[in-house]
Amino acid sequence: MNMDDKTYKKYVEKRATKSNLSADCARAFLIGGFICTLGQGLFDIYTMLGMSEDNVKALVPVSLVFLAALLTSLNVFDNIAKFAGAGTLVPITGFANAVVSPALDTKAEGFILGVGAKIFTVAGPVILYGTLASTIYGIILYVVRYF
Amino acid sequence: MDKILDYIWAFAIGGGLCVIAQILIDKTKLTPARILVLYVVAGVILTGIGLYGPLVDFAGCGATVPLTGFGYSLAEGVKKAIDERGLIGALTGGLTATSAGVTAAMVFAWLAAVLFKGKPKG
Repeated sequence: MNMDDKTYKKYVEKRATKSNLSADCARAFLIGGFICTLGQGLFDIYTMLGMSEDNVKALVPVSLVFLAALLTSLNVFDNIAKFAGAGTLVPITGFANAVVSPALDTKAEGFILGVGAKIFTVAGPVILYGTLASTIYGIILYVVRYF
Repeated sequence: MDKILDYIWAFAIGGGLCVIAQILIDKTKLTPARILVLYVVAGVILTGIGLYGPLVDFAGCGATVPLTGFGYSLAEGVKKAIDERGLIGALTGGLTATSAGVTAAMVFAWLAAVLFKGKPKG
């Protein structure tokens, strides 16, 4: 198809607005809700097995990260994500996918500057700004509490 | 019966947090990476002003599994570390509390790169 920039832009916008907000939201709600419920199920199972609360709290995200990593490696995660949108992005599965997916994509670029560097393309900003915000929170908390 | 309610609220709150992100994706030009950053920082702020803790008590994994819950863990970790060791806790608490998830993501990603065939670009 031959198009100039303007026509192409119009074409893209037309296609973009076609995605239906309420249908997108319904799918995000169902899949996102399901993943959180799965987490709750794991939480209860690990608690029933007699694990300490701290260990359960660590093991639930680890389990979900493992599942997301496995599904990403098997090329299944992308298909679910296409359907679920924010439903797979927002739970910790989205974070895991953002780490594993570039690891697979950049294998050809080597294990140092490929895999080693690129796994942090999305996870890096998340960890940086999350840690930064929590440090600022800590300083405020300390100042308010002790002065 | 209480157990069933736990699951319903985990589903509803977790799903609801995803819907907010879906609206942001559809209605604004925010990329998924920006939304993840926004969610983590929002989680820290909401925990700091005392709103997210009650949501976690109420919705369990519906509040902790979404990325806002990652922010909650960071903030709670900092708070606990400050109680235990003073100001240095602001630097140690966050990553300590979230180390399991972050380390698991790194380890599994590396193993995936070793064990699975890399995808060709594009």
